[in-house]
Amino acid sequence: MPTLLGLVLGLCILLICLVYSVTLGAADIPLDKILASFIAFDGSYEHLVVQTVRLPRVLIAILVGSALAVSGALMQGLTRNPLADPGILGIESGAALAVVATIFIFGSSSLSVLTIVAFLGAGVTATLVYFLGSLGRGGATPLNLTVAGAALTALISSLTTAVLILSQRTLEEIRFWLAGSLAGRDSNILLQALPFVMVGLVVAFALGRQITTMSLGEDVAKGLGQKTAWIKIVTAISVVLLAGSSVALAGPIGFIGLVVPHMVKFYIKADYRWILPYSAVLGAILLLVADIAARLLLKPQELPVGVMTALIGAPFFVYLAKSKVKK
Amino acid sequence: MKVDWLVIRSQVISFRIDRRVPLVLLFLGLITIVAMVMNLGRGEYPISPLDIIKTVLGIDTGNPDHAFVIYNLRLSRTLVALMVGVALAISGTIFQGLTRNPLADPGIIGINAGASLAAVSAIVLINSVLIYTLPLAALVGALLMSVLIYSLAWNKGSSPVLLVLMGIGLSAIASAFTSLLITFGDIYNVSDALVWLAGSVYGRTWEQVFSFLPWLIVFAPTALLLARHLNALNLGDDVAKGLGTRVEWERGLLVLVGAALAGAAVATAGNIGFVGLIAPHIGRQLVGAHHQGLIPTSALLGGMIVVIADFLGRTLFAPIEIPCGVVTAAVGAPYFLYLLIRNRKK
Repeated sequence: MPTLLGLVLGLCILLICLVYSVTLGAADIPLDKILASFIAFDGSYEHLVVQTVRLPRVLIAILVGSALAVSGALMQGLTRNPLADPGILGIESGAALAVVATIFIFGSSSLSVLTIVAFLGAGVTATLVYFLGSLGRGGATPLNLTVAGAALTALISSLTTAVLILSQRTLEEIRFWLAGSLAGRDSNILLQALPFVMVGLVVAFALGRQITTMSLGEDVAKGLGQKTAWIKIVTAISVVLLAGSSVALAGPIGFIGLVVPHMVKFYIKADYRWILPYSAVLGAILLLVADIAARLLLKPQELPVGVMTALIGAPFFVYLAKSKVKK
Repeated sequence: MKVDWLVIRSQVISFRIDRRVPLVLLFLGLITIVAMVMNLGRGEYPISPLDIIKTVLGIDTGNPDHAFVIYNLRLSRTLVALMVGVALAISGTIFQGLTRNPLADPGIIGINAGASLAAVSAIVLINSVLIYTLPLAALVGALLMSVLIYSLAWNKGSSPVLLVLMGIGLSAIASAFTSLLITFGDIYNVSDALVWLAGSVYGRTWEQVFSFLPWLIVFAPTALLLARHLNALNLGDDVAKGLGTRVEWERGLLVLVGAALAGAAVATAGNIGFVGLIAPHIGRQLVGAHHQGLIPTSALLGGMIVVIADFLGRTLFAPIEIPCGVVTAAVGAPYFLYLLIRNRKK
């Protein structure tokens, strides 16, 4: 079964990237020490670094990458919009504003509260973008949705900037996170968001067949006996879970959700039962590689990984807008 | 029709403007002056409007502090706000006219991002870059971006929204490179770059006023002289040709003017978004779509908008100051959405 083989191959590549990323850092830690930190943790400096700094970072990269890629694939399939991406449609910036505003109003909040708030922000923005994008005669076409998302992003980020300027304290707490970065996250937030990402992913994978029919058009899906309203609601919940928790984990990181499903579709054309898991694996690989590149490119300085993904993804966006969007 | 137009004819130029224009300009000018006076009075050291007017006119108010505060600290800032608004609004009017696209704005179609990238490159890569060369660098960036977006989305009558879409993509590329440069660059230069990336007129001095002024003096009248061709081009290339416009030449000139004004504005005050979008739209409501009247009207409107935005940014949450770019985005983005929806209903 070649499709399954590809997935296994992808997981192997992911594992290699994972190990390489863990070895990377200010201190050179050889591979055997890394392995030893799992098998026989002795509390030495190297073991601590691996277990508390590098491993969480890598795992967050994997979670965020796959969450973003899968949410992008879901949106692209459901709305038949080749430009759909939680970053471009403003969902990530909505989640970010919700987090920033919560810290501003209530002071530092616990991680679990912030995660929930991020979901709320993501959900509200997603609804708003869809509503605004579908106003008027043209309806929710890719063009309209994307431009509505961009305008809403401009509004939301100006509000976010205003809040950050108003409160120096919020700025200090959040500045690094807001740039879209994987650095300096600890394992607490990882454990906090893990269940949500898992639920989101499982729901998404379970929806594979329905998304495939929806991607043929809503009328076709109805004709095939799908309850399209339910599919839309459940998919939206999954998208919000995935995009919201990835923002809670790493701040807004753009373009992963856009690029990955298209890369997958070079190999698998239309079957979302496979596109979704492939996207998860490839998204994790892409974000890990982007993070590695962000750390190596200007060594010893480190770029926010969001900049790296934009460098890869934005030209791709232009290409897609040029070739896939007719009219 | 005879009551609707004012015709100015001389040896050199012939000019026909809507009869509403002089009155509207007078009215807008008054509001702008009031806004500027309010802006000048605002701050740690409040000054009454009467004293401001006296000081600016050179009449002694009996308080030497007034002259110092106004001339050395506040007037330059307010003038920069006014000039930036004027430049952005003219640029927006030109691009909306050229592309026949109501959503075009130098910020939205990516030209400001290109100018930012070029100016940041100049700051980061060249040590102690002269402030007078920044608008030049920004112009190069803005022009390159115009050419790029022209070749990608604007020829062959692409849809208005596609142009915006390309602008979003190209802006994202340019700002990613800008972040790259900022991370890469020397930290002192970087803080220089960050100051104006936020889109603010905070702490602008006479130096900035005088590095900006030549650009406005040269290109704003040029825009006005080209207004006739902009009208023709707005009707489509074929009609413009029939009316005797050298289409490619005039269009190139107009792009140059639009890019120069946007670039100089960005080099001086950073990316203040949506001014070039809003001002021409309000202007059209006031004086109609003829560019001879529209360009001065939206220019004044743009100046007024930025001055008021700066005033609001300093007043709303005083003593904390919100950059005027944030204020214009908070107002402009919803307006953009409104235009998007209305545009589609037609």
